[in-house]
Amino acid sequence: MTDFTGDRPEPLQVERQPMLGLFMRRLQSKWRQIVTVIPFFWLLVFFLAPFFIVAKISLAELAIASPPFTSLIEWSDSGIMTIRLVFDNFIYIWEDSLYFDTYVNSLKISVTSTFLCLLFGYPIAYAIVRSGPVAKPLLLFAIILPFWTSFLLRVYAWMGLLADQGTINNLLIAIGIIDEPIRMLYTEFAVYIGIVYTYMPFMILPLYANMEKLDDSLNEAAADLGSRPTNTFFKITLPLTMPGIIAGSLLVFIPATGEYVIPDLLGGGNVQMIGRVLYNEFSRNSDWPVAAAVAIVLLVILVLPIMVFQHYQGKASEEQ
Amino acid sequence: MYSKRSRFLTIMLTLGLAFFYIPMILLIIYSFNYSKLVPVWGGWSLRWYKELFQSAEVWSAVSLSLQIAVVNATFATALGTLAGLAMVRFGRFKGRTLFGGMLVAPLVMPEVITGLSLLVFFISLNQLIGWPAERGFATITIAHITFSMAYVAVTIQARLTGVGQTLEEAAADLGAKPFKVLTAITIPQLTPALISGWLLAFTLSLDDLVIASFVTGPGANTLPILIFSRIRLGLRPDINALATIMILVIAICVAIAAIVMFRQQRADLLDRQMAEREEG
Repeated sequence: MTDFTGDRPEPLQVERQPMLGLFMRRLQSKWRQIVTVIPFFWLLVFFLAPFFIVAKISLAELAIASPPFTSLIEWSDSGIMTIRLVFDNFIYIWEDSLYFDTYVNSLKISVTSTFLCLLFGYPIAYAIVRSGPVAKPLLLFAIILPFWTSFLLRVYAWMGLLADQGTINNLLIAIGIIDEPIRMLYTEFAVYIGIVYTYMPFMILPLYANMEKLDDSLNEAAADLGSRPTNTFFKITLPLTMPGIIAGSLLVFIPATGEYVIPDLLGGGNVQMIGRVLYNEFSRNSDWPVAAAVAIVLLVILVLPIMVFQHYQGKASEEQ
Repeated sequence: MYSKRSRFLTIMLTLGLAFFYIPMILLIIYSFNYSKLVPVWGGWSLRWYKELFQSAEVWSAVSLSLQIAVVNATFATALGTLAGLAMVRFGRFKGRTLFGGMLVAPLVMPEVITGLSLLVFFISLNQLIGWPAERGFATITIAHITFSMAYVAVTIQARLTGVGQTLEEAAADLGAKPFKVLTAITIPQLTPALISGWLLAFTLSLDDLVIASFVTGPGANTLPILIFSRIRLGLRPDINALATIMILVIAICVAIAAIVMFRQQRADLLDRQMAEREEG
């Protein structure tokens, strides 16, 4: 079996307690294994194993059956096992310009939104770090609060603002800036607003955590030596906050690429993103093998960013 | 110490907060609108709240979502705490990299991928061992535990590294057995993280639409599934009323939690200062 013994030497209490029962001693020596094995097993079964099943289905063919795909392994009458792997689904995705364009469009939208989150989130995070001891926790609270409220309802709030008869159009018409409503809901613009709005806290919080550790004396030293504030920012503050920038950007970029709710509610049918295509392929067309292949390709695109994120997350928890 | 904010930073902060809060404030205001058309003002009224409270569909969705959220939060906190302990306190063990990877990946994994993979998993499992024959409460709860425990584990890991190992080592040196150390030292030290982890898992579960839509079965509608099916077709005043109630409940809970944690932190700080003064 797997050996989970740690590298920290065991305390010597077992020798001090010679009267301990055999069962208790076994429990004592095994409790670390037990603690580790339970969540490990849970994740293996419910997180890792499902991906292999998706991979398996992506290599199968659509069939009129329940579930609607062919088996990879077939037994002939003479007992010979044959494995049929079908790469047609991946070829189909590659050749069909609809899927290709949708992947490209998803990446374009998620990269742009990540940049916008960074552009606006950075000064907000910096402003909070620079706030007084009373204002700081309140401001942090104000940033975290939307994160706790329903994601779906925050997207819905923008439907009311952006609709043709919505608050923004009504206001602009009342002031007299425009005569006819501008179409904002069910456009790409609305999708950008939705992603930036809902993912902004994910950018601000890692940036804040990173900036909080910065040493102000570096800025002062630079200023004393005659550096202009912009120069100091680009030469000192920006490089030092790079871990926060990377962590925040990945926290926005990775989920935004596969986003389903925002393109569906704010983009309508006009904005194609891969998460939405996948969901529809699965629920409406019930073409499981193609849906599984779409998911596998998305996962392959995101594997590198996810690994970079894990690396930074691991480093951050070791540094603390 | 802090230096003053520049004017630019203050403006950005103000705009940012306006951007965050104006949509939600408008959402709340329009929930009191008499008119059936959400953006057309028809006078103040509680009409939509009345309608909401009379809807059996809404009540059964609320009840299902709350049940899932409570069970999920409890299991996710237990599993996430064990996982956090293993990651922070047990040094290196075989499979640690894989374990750490599986603990972090759910934080960023697109929901459509997690949802799809869990659904095909449940269907394959049903063919293999005949369970789950029906999808609903159990499958949604399992799916929620799987991603919530990752968030709990992050909270627990931060707290464990924050409090350090000195007290645990002292207890062990004085002869406490590992299990005793766990119950007498580690878990009390973890209490604030356990509470915030539980609350986080609870809200994540209440909030999830995509994964629940994948792994649910006919008839089992959680609150987000119900809301989504209604707002897909456009603005609905009763959803504004529902949103207002949910936002207020969560705001009150988060405010209470924040005050409790703030007090706790201050008490910790005072304790430490006292201890330092006694030493000095």
